[in-house]
Formats: sequence, structure tokens, C-alpha cells
Amino acid sequence: MVIKTIRDILEEHPAFKSFDDDALDLISGCGTNEHFAAGSMILREGDDASKVHILRKGDAAIEIAAPGTGPLIVETLHAGDVVDWSWLVPPRRAMSDARAVTEVSAISLDANCVLGKCDEHPNLGYQMFKLWLPHLAERVRNGRMQLLDLYGANAG
Amino acid sequence: MRDSAEPHTAIADPMLPIAMRVSEAWRELDDVVSLRLVTKDGAPFAFAPGQFNMLYAFGVGEAAISISGDPARTGELLHTIRDVGAVSGALTRLKAGDEVGVRGPFGSSWPVDSEHDRHLLFVAGGLGLAPLRPAIYRALATRHRFASITLIMGARSPRDLLYPYQLAGWTASHALRLNITVDHAGPEWTGSVGVVTTEFARALAGIDPAKVSAYLCGPEIMMRFGAMGLADMGVSTERMWLSMERSMKCAIGLCGHCQFGPDFVCKDGPVFRHDEIARRLTLKEI
Repeated sequence: MVIKTIRDILEEHPAFKSFDDDALDLISGCGTNEHFAAGSMILREGDDASKVHILRKGDAAIEIAAPGTGPLIVETLHAGDVVDWSWLVPPRRAMSDARAVTEVSAISLDANCVLGKCDEHPNLGYQMFKLWLPHLAERVRNGRMQLLDLYGANAG
Repeated sequence: MRDSAEPHTAIADPMLPIAMRVSEAWRELDDVVSLRLVTKDGAPFAFAPGQFNMLYAFGVGEAAISISGDPARTGELLHTIRDVGAVSGALTRLKAGDEVGVRGPFGSSWPVDSEHDRHLLFVAGGLGLAPLRPAIYRALATRHRFASITLIMGARSPRDLLYPYQLAGWTASHALRLNITVDHAGPEWTGSVGVVTTEFARALAGIDPAKVSAYLCGPEIMMRFGAMGLADMGVSTERMWLSMERSMKCAIGLCGHCQFGPDFVCKDGPVFRHDEIARRLTLKEI
């Protein structure tokens, strides 16, 4: 049985396919493997956003608690998706809950480690920028679509 | 009114409704009802998947409603109607035994009969599954002709999913691959939450996008962004079809109410090939 290193896993992950060898070497040092049982919390609103989780397997629900109605799922994430953006944005505090809907395997990157290496290696920072920005833009676009309430009775 | 038992296929006088009887009416959602209609003379009523009828609620008015039943079952017509106004509201209040006027069928159809060895992708949003369902029935009836059949279904919430019994049946029988996503849900929901475009990558995983034919029906914004997303993934814009909705009155391209650029949706549509209307979809003026 071949045991894969974090670098192997990152190299195979679609989110990192554009990374060159140097960038993969640098970022691998910040990563660990994490597993979450179905129903367990990956992060909670208000927590320090000290990690970024990139899903390898399984589905995760982004939830926002609403008084009186319980948590509402506003987005479901699948393999290849990044769970949260709060680690990039001061004050780096999780803005929503993330719960494992199924058993989840994720690469967990230490946010301080990643940001520190990006400061030291601008090329890595630029590759990270190119990795995250399309995901972020897509999530913003999708969020706008959901706001339109497309399927409501008065929607066109 | 027709007085023979000949098939109601050719429209002898497209402005003259025939009287049909509601044989069954049932509620699909809080504001959505399905009607099963039969001809009074027992004659079959043939239609092509994607076509619509003008339903006349006597004393109230007419509305264009897509045909949502199985085209192989010519002995009945199924229509699914959302109560959004005076006419549609009157139609949703019809009961078994009531009569309704029917003109049709009108319009273009999903080209499912001309597809061979393709991966069929149906993308439905909200009530958009109703006009798509006849094409799904037809595809499933000739399943051997297709490489795969996938339905991506979007809805406001799990309780707003149209035809949940049908979705469950298709899933249980493995008749097609089904991806459901909703705009928001409670914690009990284990399916996806997000817009339909977020399902494309998983639905088309391992499929050559050049071999995909996509049929989209739902809110126009959903279809616009959906077609854009599929094109970005490599699906040919000449292999995507959309069902457009405009206010239709005469249904034969004379009155101009449903004009959509150089086309009339009632006569030239409602099903259009994407590349023929893509530019118009972004024009705010139409």
C-alpha cells in the first residue's frame, strides 16, 4: 500500500493543478489531512479562521443559524471546493458554520503558514491568488443568483 | 367544436377551442395544480414534447400552458399550472368533471427524436420541469438511443420541488441520473444547496462535452447563465435548446404579444436553439 504525502495529494487535487513544483513544495509544508464524520462541525461561526479546508471527498453544508428556525443551509460544497474565505480577510473570523453532510476528507492548510510563505515568496502568493480568485468570483456570482429568488412565484 | 373521433392533431381552426373535460385535478405545490384533460369524444390528442396549449377558463380568459404529460399517452393531456393571475387562478380551481377550452398544440418542440448517441442533459428550474417532462418521457421510452440521460433540477427549497414522486421514481428505477439542488434548506436536507450551474461539473464528470445535448427550461436568468456555464465547459451552443416564455395571446404569430426580436415565441418557439437567440438573451429591451 502506497501512503500518499500531502504533496502527492495536493498535486492530484484539481484546485492545485496549476501549481508549479516549487509552489507545491512550499505549500505542502502547511498542510495536514483531516477527516470529519457525517454530521460533525468543520468550523463554527465566530471561530478564529486559522485553517483553510479544501475538500477531497464528501460534501459539506455551509449553514447560518437563524433564531427560531434553526440553521439554514445556504450552500453545499463538494470535492474540490474550498470551505471558507475568512482566513484571507481580517479579522479572520469564521462567518458561518460548516458541517460535514457525509464523511469528509479534507486538506487542512494552516492559514498563518500559508500567508507567511506567500509574504516570503511572491510567486507563491500570485499562484495562490490565481487559485482562490476564480473560486471566490464564482461563489459571489452564485450568491447573487440565489438572492434573486429565481423560482419564486413572481420571478420571471 | 369537433364532432368526430379523429385525432386532434391538425389544427383545423387554430382560433377555435375544443371543449375538454377535466378527468382529474390535484395539487402539486401550494400554488400549483395539475389537470388531466380528456377529449369529450374520446379522440386522441397528439403533441410533440415542448409544445403548449391555450387553455380557456370559460368566462375568465385564456392562458398559454405547456403540456407536461407523456406524448405517448395521446388519450389525455396533462397541464401543470401555477396560480399567478385571474386566468391561471381560475384554471387551478377547476375540478374533475369541469370543462375547459383547449386550442393547440402550438409551437416548436424539443428535438429529442432527432438525437442519437448523445448524452442528454435536462436542466430544469422550478416549474421548468413541466415543459421538459414530455421530452424526458420520450427519451426514457427510447433509452437505447442515448449514451446517458441526466436531469439537473433546481428549486427554491426542498418543499418546492415539482413532481417529487416522479423524481423519486426515476431515481429508484435508475432511469436517469438526477442532481437536485435548492436555493436554501434546513439541516435535514442532505442534497445540494446552490444554483444549478454548481451541479454541472459533477453531472458531466467523465462525459465528453462535445457529445452533450442540453435542454434547459426555467427562469430566463437561470437559462441564460446555465447555457453560458455549459458553453464554458465545452458544450456546443448549437446543441443547447431553451424554452422561452413570453405573454402569448393568439398563439399563431399574428397578434405580436409574444414578439421576441424577429421571432414570435408562440410560433417560432417556445423551444429555440441557443445560438439563434443567445445575443437576444442579453438585450434588456426585449
